This record gives sequence, structure tokens and C-alpha cells, in this order.
Amino acid sequence: MVVDEIDDSEADLLFHALSDRTRRDIMGKVGDREQSISSLARQYTVSFAAIQKHVAVLERASLVTKRVKGREKLVCGNVETLRRASLLLARYERIWSHRDDAITRILNEDDERTES
Amino acid sequence: MTVISSNPDRETLTMTIVCEFDAGLERIWKLWEDPRQLEKWWGPPTWPATFERHDFEVGGESSYYMTGPEGERAGGWWRMTAIEEPSRLEFEDGFSDENGQPSAEMPTMRMTATFDEADGKTRMTVITRFAALDHLEQVLEMGMEEGMKSALSQIDALL
Repeated sequence: MVVDEIDDSEADLLFHALSDRTRRDIMGKVGDREQSISSLARQYTVSFAAIQKHVAVLERASLVTKRVKGREKLVCGNVETLRRASLLLARYERIWSHRDDAITRILNEDDERTES
Repeated sequence: MTVISSNPDRETLTMTIVCEFDAGLERIWKLWEDPRQLEKWWGPPTWPATFERHDFEVGGESSYYMTGPEGERAGGWWRMTAIEEPSRLEFEDGFSDENGQPSAEMPTMRMTATFDEADGKTRMTVITRFAALDHLEQVLEMGMEEGMKSALSQIDALL
């Protein structure tokens, strides 16, 4: 089964990319507006090269897109990929709503037993 | 419906579910502790779970399988990492291979359940941390099949 056309290798990249705190933080910064790698690097204590690496990991997972403008490299969040991750989590949520219904049924059976 | 909130965090890949039940803490704890009760609610409606083993102690392991509508089996295991009766439990939840052994290729999920009682009602908060998407997809495969079935039975009811 393919869930929204995310295959396993793509999924691994996505989850690996989001497992790091700095990378998640970068995602928050580039989610709504484009930023250059150098301006991102100024917001962290780690080196420019380290930020460049983080961005490369995010790019491989299709979480950001990069474009060159003059001498700058601009990074922008890819909302579509995050949206697909959300969709998967929403489906998992439905499994818990079934469990919740089942627990409620079990508790109701308790009540019936005490009443009879 | 007693799920009072659910919060999927797409950036940290966690899902937090909060439900409230009309029962005391000790009663809700039993639903997790007693394998016969656990199997009544853990599997999706058309994939009932059977717990063959349930060592409800820190470091203890559980093994279970779920039986699908066509008689197919999907196995899973738990490893309890924290038990603080009756308010908190933590465990790892993974898949088993066809021999009932924990599958090494499959990533696991980390689950934390906490329980608070107020005015005779118990609030249960379950946090699932996903390590990899393929695991999530496996879980969803079964849940979605169930979703299709209930959708179809609803259509049947309309006819």
C-alpha cells in the first residue's frame, strides 16, 4: 500500500531529517518565508558549514527547496511534504479513536454488570 | 466519543491523544494490566488482538497478534520501560515476524500513557513517538482497512 505516494526510502529521509532539533528549528524559520543560508547561519551558534549540512539533509527529504539568487542561496520550506506527514498522523489518530470507543464499551459493560 | 483532544505534531512526529473516561484510575489501569481486557480494545474492530504473553513489569515483554478479517495475522510486541501504578506507564511497541519474534528490520514506537483522576473521571494521555514512517504505514494499513469496512457498512445501512 502506498500512503500518499511516500515510499519507504523517502519516508526514512523525512523522519531522519525531522529527528534533529536544529533542523526542526530551521523548518520553523523557513516555513513561511524564504531565507538565505547565511542569514540562517547568523541565528545559530554553530558554523555556517554545519547549517549548510542541515539544509542539505532537509533538501534531500524534500522538506525545503533551495534556489540561487545572485550570490545567495535561498531556502524555502516545502509545505506539501509537511502536509503529507500530517495526513499520516491524522490517520493514526483514528486508530486511537477506535480504541477509545472500545474502552468506553468495556466500561459500559461494567455498569450493566453492577446494575443487574 | 470521549477523545477530548488529539494533537499530531508533524515536526516532532509525535501524536498526543487525550481521552476522558467515566471511571476511576484503578479501573482504567486494569485495562492495560489485564491481558484479557487489553485484547478487547487494543486491536482495531476487525483486527482483534490476542495477547499470548503480557509481563506487566519493568523490563517485561508482551507478545500479541491481531487477526484480520481473512484470518491473516499481524504480530506485535511490547517492552515495558516504566510502570508507576496507577498513574504512568511507558513501553516500546514493535512488530513481530511470522515466528512471533521481534522483527529487527522494523522500527519501534515509544509510547507513554499517563492517567489523572478528577471528580471520578480519569483522563488518559497517550503520547506516541514515531521513529520511522514505514512502521506507521503498517499500523495504518490495518486501521484503514477497518475504515473502509465501516464506511461500507454505513452505506449498507442507508440502502
